[in-house]
Amino acid sequence: MFWILALVLIASAIWCITAVKPVYSVVALLLHFAALAFTYITLNAEFLGVIQIIVYSGAILILFLFVIALLSSGVAPFTVGPDKLPRVAVPGIGVIVIALGFLTYAISRADAKVGAALAPPGTADVFGSVADFGKALFTTYLLPFEITALLLMVAVIGVIVLAGDQTPYLPSSKQAADVRRTMRESILRGGGE
Amino acid sequence: MAVPLINYISLSAVIFFIGMTGVIVRRNPLIMLMSIELMFNAANLLFMASARAWVNNAGHIFAFLVITVAAAEAAIGLAIVVTVFRTAKHVDVDDVALLKG
Repeated sequence: MFWILALVLIASAIWCITAVKPVYSVVALLLHFAALAFTYITLNAEFLGVIQIIVYSGAILILFLFVIALLSSGVAPFTVGPDKLPRVAVPGIGVIVIALGFLTYAISRADAKVGAALAPPGTADVFGSVADFGKALFTTYLLPFEITALLLMVAVIGVIVLAGDQTPYLPSSKQAADVRRTMRESILRGGGE
Repeated sequence: MAVPLINYISLSAVIFFIGMTGVIVRRNPLIMLMSIELMFNAANLLFMASARAWVNNAGHIFAFLVITVAAAEAAIGLAIVVTVFRTAKHVDVDDVALLKG
């Protein structure tokens, strides 16, 4: 089971970064996240498996698809520059070799537990269950959870500031200009409206 | 399923390096963002496997927080892509050098 999942994960990851069009990348990433959610469930983390499906496949990938659809619907085709494989090949391979060297060194220093097969969790149906997760999240880790809420709020405000339009949506630019002039005049008059 | 932890560590490292290659090589900002998601998920997989190996659900909590950060990051990154495309009509991360000085 692990080997099938590992094969699917690696193959879909490679497909994701080599796809020509971003839409194919999204499809590959969808496969990757589904296999990853299944891996989490085999690791007794059923709640995180469900979260993986809902948040990643349901929210983030749909967001990617929306952006791809919106960017591709314009008059000009969605063009990107050439990939720069030749320019970065040497430093890229160097970084990867160095990192893999560190990794093998760390693994060779690790204790014997790493090489042994995973022991079954002590009490079945407790570790990784939703009740276990929820209790830990709302007692021991309550402050990080609250800070998460703040982080998401900051992200939403940032997205509105970056991508939001200040003027209300109108079908023609002339109408939009009229609305903007009216708003400006009302502000100059002292905001009587 | 008697799979040692080392297998999960290796799998996570391979996926992380695939994602890193994607960020370094590809010039399409959307695919770069997706490669960053791959790297986030490699880290998450390692958290899950470690939590399972040490029977400690702190790894689950941390993976949950990482998923939240990834969601915020995807939203901000896509907003930046949309903004750049709106002004430039051509999305290439090498051309976005306004803050270079």
